[in-house]
Amino acid sequence: MHSVTIRPSACPACDAAPAAEALAGKAALPDARILLSVPDVHCAACIGTIERGMAQMEGVRSVRLNLTLKRLSVDAKAGVEASDVISRLDRLGYEAHELDPGTLSMTETEKQGRELLMRLGVSGFAMMNIMLLSVAVWAGAEGATRDMFHLISALIAVPTVAFAGQPFFRNAWKALRAGRMDMDAPISVALVLTLFISIYETLQSGEHAYFEAVVMLIFFLLAGRYLDFRARAVARSAAQELSALEVPRAVRLVDGVESTVQVADLAVGDVVVVRPGGRMPVDGVIISGKSEIDRALLTGETLPVFAAQGVIVSAGEVNLTGPLQVRVTAAGKDSSLHRMADLVATAESARTRYTTAAERAASAYAPTIPILSFGAFVVWMYLSGGDLRLSLNIAVASLIITCPCALGLAVPAVVTSASGKMFRKGLLIKDGTALERLAEVDTVVFDKTGTLTMGTPVPTNLDQHAPDSCAVALALAEGSSHPLAQALARALHERGVHPAALDSVTEQPGYGMEGQWQGQRVRLGRADWVGADARTTTAAYLAMGGATHAFTFADHLRPGAADVVAGLQAQGKAVWLISGDVPGAVQELAQRLNIADWQAGALPQDKADKINALQAAGHKVLMVGDGLNDTVALSAAHVSISPASALDAARAASDMVLLGRDITPVADAVRMSKTAMRRIRENFWQSGIYNVIFVPVALFGYATPLWAAAIMSISSISVTLNALRLK
Amino acid sequence: MEVLAILIPVSLFLGLLGLGAFVWTLRKGMYDDPDGDSQRILDTRYDDKPKPMPKDDD
Repeated sequence: MHSVTIRPSACPACDAAPAAEALAGKAALPDARILLSVPDVHCAACIGTIERGMAQMEGVRSVRLNLTLKRLSVDAKAGVEASDVISRLDRLGYEAHELDPGTLSMTETEKQGRELLMRLGVSGFAMMNIMLLSVAVWAGAEGATRDMFHLISALIAVPTVAFAGQPFFRNAWKALRAGRMDMDAPISVALVLTLFISIYETLQSGEHAYFEAVVMLIFFLLAGRYLDFRARAVARSAAQELSALEVPRAVRLVDGVESTVQVADLAVGDVVVVRPGGRMPVDGVIISGKSEIDRALLTGETLPVFAAQGVIVSAGEVNLTGPLQVRVTAAGKDSSLHRMADLVATAESARTRYTTAAERAASAYAPTIPILSFGAFVVWMYLSGGDLRLSLNIAVASLIITCPCALGLAVPAVVTSASGKMFRKGLLIKDGTALERLAEVDTVVFDKTGTLTMGTPVPTNLDQHAPDSCAVALALAEGSSHPLAQALARALHERGVHPAALDSVTEQPGYGMEGQWQGQRVRLGRADWVGADARTTTAAYLAMGGATHAFTFADHLRPGAADVVAGLQAQGKAVWLISGDVPGAVQELAQRLNIADWQAGALPQDKADKINALQAAGHKVLMVGDGLNDTVALSAAHVSISPASALDAARAASDMVLLGRDITPVADAVRMSKTAMRRIRENFWQSGIYNVIFVPVALFGYATPLWAAAIMSISSISVTLNALRLK
Repeated sequence: MEVLAILIPVSLFLGLLGLGAFVWTLRKGMYDDPDGDSQRILDTRYDDKPKPMPKDDD
């Protein structure tokens, strides 16, 4: 990323030089590698359609679709833009979002994943080989044969523990140095101590050695870790790397010369130029130009607002029709965007760190492991009159049996299974604890624009217009980038309307389109400009042959919006609708979706206050929203979801991201999170029961390596199978 | 029991062979897209010859 800065200077050639450099830089650009998130792919036909379709595109070298991550990677010649690929995919029928390929974190997580998988594989193979030898010992091998088998087992086990056990040793060391006690400390002690006792027993020609138990413990624990890692890595890679919508650069105007500068370099009093389609980089006042601005992401208003000299604009708003010159009143830290970010930070720090069920279980369980086995050691020293070897053996047996390999799998197995199922439905869990928090939710708050609705207007009364006026309206609408005009043009095209032949079509920024049709002036735009009476609903007005026609619009419901509200209400959740839009529009939607509780005209802080009030009353709130005005509320809520079309800031503030257009998965997710929590609790019970039964066996000195191995595998497998029952 | 002198080295060798194969598949990225691989088998595009590997795809 480099910006080209052109400043006025005494020598014109110097001005041209950076541009030439930029041109040369472009020619030498390396091949483009474009990464896209494609949430709707699910089958072999999708792979075929996309890979075949994309391979035919000009400049594309190779295409690979990863179905597990729902990610498409395209290698192409320089000059192929992500937006070209996205529009091509759109024509193939798939929605796509760009991912940032430059991020280090992705390769970093991939490396971590492979490393864990490698350790898992090594411990798995070591486990199988040691087991072969152990079965021979359990079957009755004696004397020199048994000692030799133990010795070979030791030769396999020692390097395996040294290699595969590293994640546990590292974490345990980190925790101990910080003065904490976590699960990894007793695990590490158990691994090392058991290994040493087993080697000692082997050298003394002892009867029992626990090599297979040690390696098996590592294997099952690593399996849990790997599942946990996978669930988090998939979410992280897709959610965080959706590239930002915010532009870091602005066009500054100094003495009539435009130059591109970093937004951070702008100062109060500077004049910036914002072109149609561009986003306001700063807060400011319009000093020249006429246009309309879209405030939907900031305030939730669906209708564009007229903007001319003197109108105050905020960073993040979109300029629609005409170029504007804006004098900066607040930049950087003082801008409204930053104030929003501060509010988010405050809300986030106010949210107490959530303690998961697994952490609660671990902190309760971790101390019992060393206490039990140390107790067993002391008691048996006393009982046996100082038989160190016997006491140590019993201590180690109880240590290995109490070690929580089923507990380590209990949560990751369920979370993996649940997040995999949700991912396939189009919902991505960004935060590991989100599933648990979601299960506690009893109130759901929705934003309106962009969340329950698509935020794009759709014409509603095309049938009432004569073919002539439709043809003229289409011809005028085609020339404008205004959202209403574009929506009108799209809808008329779909109906098969052909544009009328017009002369001298021009756009009056901030007002509308004007042209000549069969010798008379026609206009499409604002009511007062075309001479029509303004209606209460959203509309564009056409003046033609002395008469005016109103094309009315309604915001399109997001697919599944009605289902999701009904589904949540059926589950007994209270549903709220809080929007920054005008009361009329909010009430209309609330009635349509059968939502009794709604609030309109809410400012960002109002939304957060409402959620805080609900939470203070003892409710757990799920916030679903997409705009900048929702970010504070999203981070204040107990758990939050935003659609993939949401602003970067909103996605970053939320715990889950809805990948597709359809919002129905939200209701499914709430239901599934409850089932998942039930499975997790069942798993805790299961692994607890195994311990209750077999710890006494170990304490009384009856446990053998065979027992330990059997209990460990049976409890781990039953816990995993229980997790797979999740529907 | 003398047969053990042959069988144990053989079993250890087979174990190492399996481990080596696992490491190779891991390095080749064969666990990167399990869902996709299970679907790709239904695609007839590369039935005659495998798709050429992109060079930078390690």
